[in-house]
Amino acid sequence: MQVYADNAATTKPRPAALETYVATATGTFGNPSSLHTPGQRAKEVLEDARARVARALNAEPREIYFTSGGSEADNQAIVSAARAGARKNKRRIVSTAIEHHAVLHTLKKLEEEGFEIVLLPVSPAGIVDVKEAEKAIGADTCLVSVMLANNEIGTIQPVKEIAALCKARGVLFHTDAVQAVGHLPVDVKDIGCDYLALSAHKFGGVRGTGALYCRAGAPIFPLIEGGAQEKNRRAGTEDLPAIAAMAAALDEAVARLPEATKKTQALRDMLIAGLEKVPHCALNGDRTRRLAGNVSFCFEGIEGESLLLLLDEAGIAASSGSACTSGSLDPSHVLLAIGRVHDVAHGSLRLTLNEDNTEEEVRYMIEKIPETVNYLRGMSPVWRDLQTGKRQYIL
Amino acid sequence: MSLYSEKVMDHFKNPRNVGVIEDADGVGEVGNAKCGDIMKIYIKVRDGILTDVKFETFGCGSAIASSSMATEMIKGKPLSEALTLTNKAVAEALDGLPAYKMHCSVLAEEAIKAAILDYYKKNNIPYDEETFRGVLEEHEE
Repeated sequence: MQVYADNAATTKPRPAALETYVATATGTFGNPSSLHTPGQRAKEVLEDARARVARALNAEPREIYFTSGGSEADNQAIVSAARAGARKNKRRIVSTAIEHHAVLHTLKKLEEEGFEIVLLPVSPAGIVDVKEAEKAIGADTCLVSVMLANNEIGTIQPVKEIAALCKARGVLFHTDAVQAVGHLPVDVKDIGCDYLALSAHKFGGVRGTGALYCRAGAPIFPLIEGGAQEKNRRAGTEDLPAIAAMAAALDEAVARLPEATKKTQALRDMLIAGLEKVPHCALNGDRTRRLAGNVSFCFEGIEGESLLLLLDEAGIAASSGSACTSGSLDPSHVLLAIGRVHDVAHGSLRLTLNEDNTEEEVRYMIEKIPETVNYLRGMSPVWRDLQTGKRQYIL
Repeated sequence: MSLYSEKVMDHFKNPRNVGVIEDADGVGEVGNAKCGDIMKIYIKVRDGILTDVKFETFGCGSAIASSSMATEMIKGKPLSEALTLTNKAVAEALDGLPAYKMHCSVLAEEAIKAAILDYYKKNNIPYDEETFRGVLEEHEE
């Protein structure tokens, strides 16, 4: 059996998105910046896509800027707010320890340029404390950036409450909503954010495309120079087929959201219940305040990469926050932030489902994963030490 | 998966010499759980020959494959020959490892040396500290 359980990495494009892609690439190949009829037809498709993405987020079309993806949108929001802040001598940026690297690495770069970066801790359940955020936001703060939902452990953050704090203090608020859009109801006015980043391939669009919502009036500067596209905020000929496909995918994702959430959540809870029977394991992230499709576990005594490879052999495509899978020496910063020690964080497994997954697939994973964990534990000197009492169980 | 060579995948999926030798003559353990790799090698020695070798490994696919390959390369060999096994030879026997996984083959070399050193110490056999420098340094940490 082949099970795709890595939807947080990328989703299979929706048929509606692919049909739109092909129809646009063949039928509307003109450059939207051209004055002739094919160009103007392309421009119409572009603006129609913008209006649809805006509607899905309860934004205005002029507040949507198409980008190459979530990473670019995160970069642009943060760099824009920082630049505007620096002009007013506000050089403090508050974010969290569990952000995606698109946010963390951008902040690191700004820190080198003289900004003060404050990363809020999270609870053991993986949720930011609003009171901590309140304490960290000062008169010198130009931006607060908190993700809507975490990509590794799926936890949903109190962005609305933090956005309200920011608004009261005249501080810009950005949310990385890459994992949330298409999976949770997302309303920029309800959240009260100034910026929001999204990525098409996380909800059934094609990769290489995303969008930045920037509230009308919030500062936005281009990262890429060289043309008047996107109202001079993002140069480069628009990837029209991918943008139109993103709008089609988002329309469908939003229309199907209640039904898809219900189905996916039931599969998630079934999988969690099945995997929790493995001794000495732990669910990562809050049990209920999490994305409908996210299942993240740590299994003591084994290492995640070997688990992934064996699961792949069994037809299960999953992911892990172990150091070996990331090519770095440290395991996932998110797992460390929720208090998992290195030894345990190396044994992590992330399974991300969507409505295309089935109960049969979940049953198969509930059979295969514990079997594989046991097999690896059988050859692990760490597991032997735990069992013989030479080492103390952490989980 | 094309991350690893077929040889690595073979030794990872069908590891040779996995297990424990309860009455081992020497045991070597290197690495630590914090870094995500621990290798433990058990040896039986008779007349200076490694009559049996077993391993246990906590680690990634290439760590398990390196342990498997290394044990296979030294089993039945004289101690003097096992001590000349280099991490490079282990990696080559596996048809190569990705650059950032080379430390797995280093662990295999060190685990073998640590097991032989343990055997020498238990039997009061004099040894050349230079041969075991890497292992001795690790133990002093």
